Order: sequence, then C-alpha cells, then structure tokens
Amino acid sequence: MKVLVAVKRVIDYNVKVRVKTDKSAVETANVKMSQNPFDEVAIEAAMRLQEAGIVKEIVIVSMGVKDCQEQIRYGLAIGGDRGILVETNSELQPLSVAKLLKALVEKEKPQLVIVGKQAIDDDANQTGQMLAALLGWGQGTFVSKLEMDGAAAKITREIDGGLESLSVKLPAVLTVDLRLNQPRNVKLPNIMKAKKKPLETLTPEQLGVDITPRLVTLKIEEPAKRKAGIKVPDVKTLVAKLKNEAKVI
Amino acid sequence: MSVLIIAEHNNTALNGGVLNTIKAATLLKDDAIDVLIMGKDCAAVAQTAAKVPGVRKVLHADAPLYEHALPEDMASLIVGLAKNYQYILAPASTSGKNTMPRVAALLDVAQVSEITAVISGDTFVRPIYAGNAFATVQSKDPIKVITVRATVFDAVPADGGNATVESVAAGADTGLTKFVSQELAKSDRPDLTAAKVVIAGGRGLSSAEQFKAILEPLATKLNAAIGATRAVVDAGFVSNDLQIGQTGKVIAPELYIGIGISGAIQHVAGIADSKVIVAINKDEEAPIFQIADYGLVADLFTAVPELTAELG
Repeated sequence: MKVLVAVKRVIDYNVKVRVKTDKSAVETANVKMSQNPFDEVAIEAAMRLQEAGIVKEIVIVSMGVKDCQEQIRYGLAIGGDRGILVETNSELQPLSVAKLLKALVEKEKPQLVIVGKQAIDDDANQTGQMLAALLGWGQGTFVSKLEMDGAAAKITREIDGGLESLSVKLPAVLTVDLRLNQPRNVKLPNIMKAKKKPLETLTPEQLGVDITPRLVTLKIEEPAKRKAGIKVPDVKTLVAKLKNEAKVI
Repeated sequence: MSVLIIAEHNNTALNGGVLNTIKAATLLKDDAIDVLIMGKDCAAVAQTAAKVPGVRKVLHADAPLYEHALPEDMASLIVGLAKNYQYILAPASTSGKNTMPRVAALLDVAQVSEITAVISGDTFVRPIYAGNAFATVQSKDPIKVITVRATVFDAVPADGGNATVESVAAGADTGLTKFVSQELAKSDRPDLTAAKVVIAGGRGLSSAEQFKAILEPLATKLNAAIGATRAVVDAGFVSNDLQIGQTGKVIAPELYIGIGISGAIQHVAGIADSKVIVAINKDEEAPIFQIADYGLVADLFTAVPELTAELG
C-alpha cells in the first residue's frame, strides 16, 4: 500500500522563542528551523511498515514556503520515496492544510495518511482529525502502538486515563504520539541519495483549494513572566516558608 | 444564539473539566447553554448535568454506539445538532482534542484550540509554542468550535440548577472504527489535573523503584497527585497518563513540587500556571530554578525523605 506522511517545518524545539516587539508574530528570522518532532515519528512509523513489507511507497508532503523542501528532503533521507511540496507564502491554518492534504489524497490515493499529533509551534492538534473528517475516513489519534491487521490498523492510543486500543478500518488517518517509536538517525549517504529523489512542487491553486485563513491573529504576546523566587538553605526553612509565607500546606 | 457543550463522562460520572468548560461558556455572555451527553446507559450522567446552575437543557443521546466515545460517531451527531448553536465547546482533554476538530472540519469552520481566556464573543486567547507565547485570535466563522483549557477557568457549582433533559435520537453507526479494549491506570490519589498539590518527579529519581520509594510517602502526606516528566515516562518508571507538559497534561495546582526535574521548555509548559512552584534539584543551574518560588539545591535522596518527615 501507499502511505502519505505530512511533515511541517517549525522552529527547533530547543529554541526559546521571542515575540516580535510589534506583537505581530514570533521572531523566525535567523532562528533554527527543524522538522516537527512528531512528524519524524510519523516517518519512522511509515518506514517500519515498509520494512515489514506492508507498505510499498512512502510519499512525504509538506506545505508552506519554498524552504519546506528541506524538511521533505530530510524525510526522504530518513527513507521516504518521493516528495510533494505545496508551495505558498500565505499563512496556512490546520483547516487549509487538511483541505490541501485531502486534494493530495485524491490525487495519490494512499491507503493510509500518517501525521504528527500536533505541531510544536501552533500546538493546534487538529490537522489529522480534520483530514479524516473531510475524507470520511476513520481516525486513530495519539497513536503509541501500531500494527496492521489486513484491512484495518490496530492501534493503541494515549488517553487521559491510560491507554485505549481500537481497530480502524482502512483507508484511515493516523496521528502519532512521541511514544510510538524512536526515529532513526539520518546517515550522510542517505542525505546524498535523498537529493536525487523526486520532489514535485504544486500550488494550492493547482489543487483547487481555497486557503483563506478563518482565524485572524490580532496579536501575540509573551506570557506573564514568573519571577524567580528565593533559594532556601534547607528543608526546615522550605517547610516554614510553605506554611507561613505561601500558606499552601 | 446559544452554546452547546460536549460533556465528557465515563457513563457513570461527569468529568470535572465539564464544569470549567461551562464557566468558559458563561463568559461568552450567551443566554443559553445546553449540554450534550452521548453515551450508553448514562441517564444518571444526564441528570447530574441537569443540576448544574446555568444549564438550560441537557440533550441526552443514549445508545450502545456511544459507549466508548468514538469520534467518528460522536462528530456526526454533533454536526446534526450544530445548526442550532453559535458555539460548540468541549474541554481540551484527549477526548475533546480527538473529536472537536472532526466536528469543525465537517462544519467547514476553524477550531480554536485550548483557549485560556475569552476576550469577547469572537475573540479568544490561546497558548502557542509550548506556552511561550499567547495568541489573541478572532474567529470569523458562523459556528465557533472551541476547546477549553479547563485548568484556567474555575468550575461552576455542580448543584442548584434544574435543567430539562431531552432525548436525542442516536445517529447512524459509521462503522469506521471499533473499540477493542481499554487499560486505565488505577490510583487512589487525586486526579492529576484537579489536585491541589502535585509532586512531580524527573530523571533525577534514577529508577522506577526510587521514584515510588521517594515520591509516594511525600504525596501521601500532602494528599498530592503524582506527575512526571517525559524522560521518566519514556524510561518506564510510570505510565504515560502521568506526564505533565506540552504533550501531556497541563496542571495548575496550588502547590507544585518538582523533584529531580531540570525544567525543560516542554515540561514547564504544563506547570507555569501553578500558584507556588517548589524545586528540589542538586544542580543549581537547572532552568527550573528560574521559575521556582522556592528552590532547594540539595540531593533529593536525602532532602525529600527529610521533607516528608518534617511534615510530620
């Protein structure tokens, strides 16, 4: 079967983000960008299915500015077979991304779409669910265990109280949790090989998708700063402070 | 102009986050708040919801189909009711996060995820970048589908109201997913997201045995919930449902005590709203000391038992 994996270019997870002084956005100039960590897990999941002989082709897709090519190439270096970039300089929100993905699914006809459960920049946790809805497919979200069982995906999901196992009929959309796997390291020869793998570029217009944002961001602000408190010399002082000063015990 | 709240429950009791979500709904200054209860043999839950002051009507869809809250089946019922509402709200729990984007896409509207404040009827605040920035967003959609960060809104009282309960016919079975099994962590401790005191352990605890031996006596003494960092969960010391942070649970207790926790961005995202933060760590450079109200630079293996003893 064919699998579509969607990846997103985001500010690296180790970077302490700064809000622009005009409050219009978060500063991205000269900031390290990386693949969204959840999306690496998604590619690894697809790779393991390919290595198990279940998946034949892995298509890595991304949406956004031209530089998103880097994230697709990275995915191809991990092991994707080919890439598709939907290029646009406009702001993309989850509903638009889901519509673009739907258009790609109709074009590519995969049996499975695997995406990260959320992007670490917008923290929306929406795209996979929206895509499943638009396609009328079943969804397996926050997946921490995955096995294929003929015409269904047997998944274990992370839920608030523990774990839940479901059988999701194919075709389906899965969104992966960090616990699903440990993504492999990319080897240098594979980075070289990835440069030769096909990468197609499309536009939202070519796919016939209206990407007008529905949410308008009025401003972005830093959170109220928590002041560092005091260091206490010993346990006795700590308990006294918690009892008499903070009054929380 | 009214609000529909998708209530979470386990077929016998209403989930606490629902009362906080109702509070958020009252801030929309809308005149009517309805609560939808979907489940199997859950009439008692519908009755509980009807007692919440401020609720106009409880819609009760009872069918075997809804026993396990599968998003495909829930979303199709919600979408059928949506035309009567201007807002559809749910707590930003794993269930709300699972179902609501599906509802939003079927209605062709955006979802506003995990709001932390209501500015006006169409403008909301929500955290981005692991809580390192907050975006004020305005929704242009006719129906606003919203998930609510329950910890930042006070719970409304659970008693005193007298809403009517109205039966709603179940939708068709989509047959897209099947429930197989569930493995819920059992604990006598308070629920992590609702606890007044939370003790969290990090990599410094070094093993599952130490984690238990060091943290449990302290948690018992303070009637606290126990939480953990991702490192600890990944190492298998505790189950994943105890993870606090950007991808785990967001908590806002009166007192949070971080033990052997460095304070990575992703963990701090889950504790920044705690009233008082205490850190016990032997590394005085650990980032957690930058946000801790009280920091103790000490070896946790001696400091925590001492703290437990000191609390008498």
